[in-house]
Amino acid sequence: MGRLNMVQALNLALLQEMERDGDVLILGEDVGVDGGVFRVTEGLHTKFGGKRVIDSPLAESAIVGTAVGMALYGLKPVCEIQFSGFAFQGFHQIENHVARYRMRSQGRFHCQLVVRMPYGGGVRALEHHSESEEQFYAHIPGLKMVIPSGPRSARALLVSAIRDPDPVIFFEPKALYHAAKEDVPDEIETLPIGPARVAREGRDVTLVAYGAMLAVAGEVARVLHDEDGVEAEVVDLLTLAPLDRETLAASVRKTGRAVVVHEAPRSFGAGAEIATSIMEGAFLSLQAPIRRVTAYDVPFVGSARERANLPDAARVLDAARETLAF
Amino acid sequence: MPRTPVEPRFGLEYLSILDADGTLDAALEPDLPPDTLLKLYRAMLLGRRLDERMVRLQRQGRIGTFPPIKGQEAAQIGSVAVLRPTDWMVPSFRETAAMLWRGWPIEQLLLLFAGRLEGGRPGPHQQDLPITIPVATQLPHAVGLAYAAQYREEDVVVMAYFGDGATSEGDFHEALNFAGVWHVPVVFMCQNNQWAISVPLKKQTHSRTLAQKALAYGFPGLQVDGNDVLAVYAASREAVERARAGDGPTLIECVTYRLGVHTTADDPSRYRSEGEVKEWERKDPLTRFRVHLQRKHLLEDGLEQQVDAEIARAVERFEAAPPADPLTMFDHVYGERPPHLEAQRAELARRLEEAEGRAAAAPPGEAEPSPPPMRGQRNTSRWAG
Repeated sequence: MGRLNMVQALNLALLQEMERDGDVLILGEDVGVDGGVFRVTEGLHTKFGGKRVIDSPLAESAIVGTAVGMALYGLKPVCEIQFSGFAFQGFHQIENHVARYRMRSQGRFHCQLVVRMPYGGGVRALEHHSESEEQFYAHIPGLKMVIPSGPRSARALLVSAIRDPDPVIFFEPKALYHAAKEDVPDEIETLPIGPARVAREGRDVTLVAYGAMLAVAGEVARVLHDEDGVEAEVVDLLTLAPLDRETLAASVRKTGRAVVVHEAPRSFGAGAEIATSIMEGAFLSLQAPIRRVTAYDVPFVGSARERANLPDAARVLDAARETLAF
Repeated sequence: MPRTPVEPRFGLEYLSILDADGTLDAALEPDLPPDTLLKLYRAMLLGRRLDERMVRLQRQGRIGTFPPIKGQEAAQIGSVAVLRPTDWMVPSFRETAAMLWRGWPIEQLLLLFAGRLEGGRPGPHQQDLPITIPVATQLPHAVGLAYAAQYREEDVVVMAYFGDGATSEGDFHEALNFAGVWHVPVVFMCQNNQWAISVPLKKQTHSRTLAQKALAYGFPGLQVDGNDVLAVYAASREAVERARAGDGPTLIECVTYRLGVHTTADDPSRYRSEGEVKEWERKDPLTRFRVHLQRKHLLEDGLEQQVDAEIARAVERFEAAPPADPLTMFDHVYGERPPHLEAQRAELARRLEEAEGRAAAAPPGEAEPSPPPMRGQRNTSRWAG
């Protein structure tokens, strides 16, 4: 297939899964004729028709709620929420029903569905178009929460998410939609949901990131290597829930230090869970307190100030150096 | 430029066949064989007698909070009876009678309201969803089921239950809107029992009827006397036939009344008058149907005793159920148990084993601590002193 950006890679995943499995269908606002506002579903309406690629009325609760019914019947719906900031109008369906059907019915039913949504900042967008809300979903038992960091992982993880018997909340870092291209093979590729990936091996400090922040962590690792002679290990989580605690602990047992990076606000965020999990798994190896580099605990700051709010390489670098000097 | 009235495509009707005195409009009477009529009556009676028994079980602390159905037996049985086993039934949380009709064992419902999730599990081939507590949120599920049935080209209709309060929720409107746009085989069965806990219908909506809300979404709505099992049956059969024929959704508003409490934790004397309840007791769905069957000489002797015996046997089976195993709480969270849940399960298993060891070592005769009584629950638990 050659070099694809993340939008093209996600589109390929949907296309190939729909070709493979007649039970897979797509629903959401503008996903049909328009191909989605980010063009992730482009061409699918023409190929599969309006019964499988459904331009639904504008209502997030019913998009998720009707997908629940479809999934209980045995279909495999993939919902698109246009922006993660709008998902809260359907959040009660996710929390009350998507996450609980297996438990409530004691295994008689399960919700095999995916809720895809673009999230995150850095693209100078409006309020509700830039936030990072992954912690809400990662907190809910019964859900899986996936955030890819590049075209290839996005494609492979989306295929896995569609095939997963459990409901998957699939966050797409919109800053990465067109940021980079990667070689993506023609044949269908999957990536297991759960395991984190060691994106760069190192022995001195562990940088933990996911989504758009992976690139920031990678940049910091390069600077640390070039300027400080420090080898940072970069862990790309890929799945927030269930969290790969073993890979995190193994990395910190090796490096003794950790910096967690995410673009969601700090308090009660993913960083707290990741840091605690590292302490539980590698406390005696820690040489310094675990640091978090995150957005500040403020509501959306507007595009004019978002650069100041989002973690960047300079902030992560400072935190890493302080950790190394502790 | 003229200013002309725009006619909605559908008008609105009210249907009543058997009035409160048991007087029949023979022209509208659905053609039902005697054994079906008797079956409907027996199901309504079973719903009523079980409800009364469950209130006592709750007061004794043997089951937890539950929502009684007293007064709504005709709305539930008249509608659910028109479904085939292959159709789907989507309950809210007050469909005990409808669930019994669909084959839910009594002891399973008792387990459910005793706080045990295993009681909420539909049988392997039962096309029923478990009950849904958050109001109106099950309605989009019904529309999704109906969409899936249509997508698979299967001859299946979905019937979804809800109350008057649900019609104020966003999910009600979203579900009706999607159902209209997608033209799917779903029947929205509203049991307007006049009260959403303490909020009366007139404070719930400024609409003259709930049925008329269907018109806004482009499909028919019908109001029926919800205490008249024959009217509910006739209207439901018509709606299900429409759905089956590919003619899309219908909303049916059953005008009925919740004669008892909202749930066993509720005290309706705070917000409604005895006079109002008495007025509706006069319209009791069981009384009028009994009169009707007596006039037709269809009523069997000893029916109440039969029904009570059936309930008593089920209560015995419920009480004989083995105790809830806490470790099963980890079984149905995910398809496969992830490592963190495996670890949490092991932690609980260890604690339970230790507790068992301590209990074995405790002096004999040590009593189990009594649970605090719930609101509205008398302190007569079998563990209470």
